[in-house]
Amino acid sequence: MGKTLYRKVWDAHTVGILPDGRTQLFIATMYLHEVTSPQAFAMLRELNLPVLHPERLFATPDHIIPTDDQTEPYADPRAATMLDALRRNCAENNIRLFDLPSGQQGIVHMVMPELGITQPGMTIVCGDSHTATHGAVGAIAMGIGTTQVRDVLATQTLAMSPLKVRNVRVEGSLRPGVTAKDVALHIIRKLGANGGLGYAYEFGGSAIEAMDMDGRLTLCNLAIEGAARCGYINPDETTFEYLKGRPYAPKGAAWDEAVARWKSFASDPDAEYDDVVIIPAEEIEPTVTWGISPDMNIGINETIPSPADAKDEETRKAYVTALDYMKLTAGQPIKGLPVDVVFIGSCTNGHITDFRAVAPLLKGKHVAPGIKALAVPGSQMTAQMCEEEGIADIFRAAGFEWRKAGCSMCLAMNPDKLIGDQICASTSNRNFKGRQGSPTGRTLLMSPLMAAAAAVTGMVSDPREVF
Amino acid sequence: MPLHQITTITGKAVPVAGADMDTDRIIPARFLKCVTFDELAGTMFYDERFNADGSSKGHPIDKPAHAGASIILGGENFGCGSSREHAPQAIKRSGIQAIVAETFAEIFFGNSTGIGLPCVCAAHADIAAATALTEEEPETPWTVDLAAMTLSCPKASFPITMPAEPREALMQGRWDAVVELMNAPAEVERLAAALPNPTL
Repeated sequence: MGKTLYRKVWDAHTVGILPDGRTQLFIATMYLHEVTSPQAFAMLRELNLPVLHPERLFATPDHIIPTDDQTEPYADPRAATMLDALRRNCAENNIRLFDLPSGQQGIVHMVMPELGITQPGMTIVCGDSHTATHGAVGAIAMGIGTTQVRDVLATQTLAMSPLKVRNVRVEGSLRPGVTAKDVALHIIRKLGANGGLGYAYEFGGSAIEAMDMDGRLTLCNLAIEGAARCGYINPDETTFEYLKGRPYAPKGAAWDEAVARWKSFASDPDAEYDDVVIIPAEEIEPTVTWGISPDMNIGINETIPSPADAKDEETRKAYVTALDYMKLTAGQPIKGLPVDVVFIGSCTNGHITDFRAVAPLLKGKHVAPGIKALAVPGSQMTAQMCEEEGIADIFRAAGFEWRKAGCSMCLAMNPDKLIGDQICASTSNRNFKGRQGSPTGRTLLMSPLMAAAAAVTGMVSDPREVF
Repeated sequence: MPLHQITTITGKAVPVAGADMDTDRIIPARFLKCVTFDELAGTMFYDERFNADGSSKGHPIDKPAHAGASIILGGENFGCGSSREHAPQAIKRSGIQAIVAETFAEIFFGNSTGIGLPCVCAAHADIAAATALTEEEPETPWTVDLAAMTLSCPKASFPITMPAEPREALMQGRWDAVVELMNAPAEVERLAAALPNPTL
């Protein structure tokens, strides 16, 4: 039987087996941001240990960065302290930092693929659950905690047990108006927010193979929302085309060698999987969440489900809690639900292709009265491209606030937050209670196309009908 | 650096019910603005427990009967979402020494193991029974026993599960992985030399 990419990469990075049975896994690169790394450096100092391989570490600030006025010192002294800690730790340890003046700062999961640092066949970790994103190029990429960040700083290795591998195949052609975001939400709905526990998801099938790299990044980004710590896609010509010419990608003769090596990591045609799930692409509709867990989602033309129809008692209770928090009624159509805020951005949907897809639709249209609409490119490089291509101006003309790169309204660690029980049409990744900064704020996850439609109409809308 | 071996945890329990208890609910993002974990004691489940004006929502954690609890009884996919280690750190620094739930999210589980906070799984019906017993008699002392793999009190005993490796790590006092990971420097350097590293 052949091997999966997961197994090949795992084996290539195995240092040995620890006395407790876990594998000591070599980490090709670790990414750092300001929220989960200062404590790890403090632990390292306490142990009086040096950073072992600083050349394999890359950092950028993202979570706490204000997206409007970035004049320092920041109004929030705690945010300033965290940014200072990142700068100091990187400077003291010779770690490459893509800081604000570099033109290469942004959300860590956007910047590293854009710079070509994220490459196939690598083990990649970061103190951030959305590290799964980097699996899109055919890497094993996982979120870790801060104590594990310390372990990698000190040893460039981690103590881990291998995951099982589920092959999630989406076969056929996606319908018009259906994006990678809709595919991801649909998979999570089918398999559950806890369905991926114990698994890495290998995404495949003709619909995935047809996706561009930004779409693949979106899909793998959301693997963790289905409880799969790691999601990946086998490297192919789309991957190589994306990486070629990026600053940190191999060049010249080294490029051809790298491509040959990368290809060797792809899952064998006869690879053995622990589970296989096949989803017909045609069944996926533009999708939106209605509850407080990413699996609480429905197609745009469906109605909000009733607790009475829940598959078990636990789910029934969860539906009751969700409807109560969201102030929604079972049986109510999701289409037409008024929104207060629209957010296009985040490591899920802050890519250049997301803005390129939306901009032509917004031409000649305007954000509905009373709606606060934010467009936040995920990186300074994406922001720059949007300016050069006239995309930023289209968003501005349509009434969006065009912001600077950062995590913004995804997670409430910077000034971009919901107020009270505002409803936000959001292209981010989590609709958890309080996620967007107000303990009563409400999040509807959706694609950039649907978010743009919501901005224009002031309500949850089917982008196929609006544009 | 000798570490203590973790085999049994005994103390009162407190139910924290519900599936998909995400780490944003365990520790809201505003508490993440810290450069050490020292300030996190008492912050666990903050917005689940308190209204915006600081008044109590009557969460079980704040019921006097459950004061001083050492063991959380949770639901399915406990600790899902954000990888923030602040979540198990806040739980541990609030006095909790073990969590029993139906299942755990992977990252949360690993983070907890790494700081010596055992996360063990039990069946839905058994957690429901333990919760009922705890609500009737909150003073009941429960014991999580990693050797016997049971959650027990004088009136009942339920089987628990945990993967072999983290269980061994906790019981052998090897849960702080950095100590273990420094034992093979030559092999680490061999891989560091062999595996490509992105460069300009």
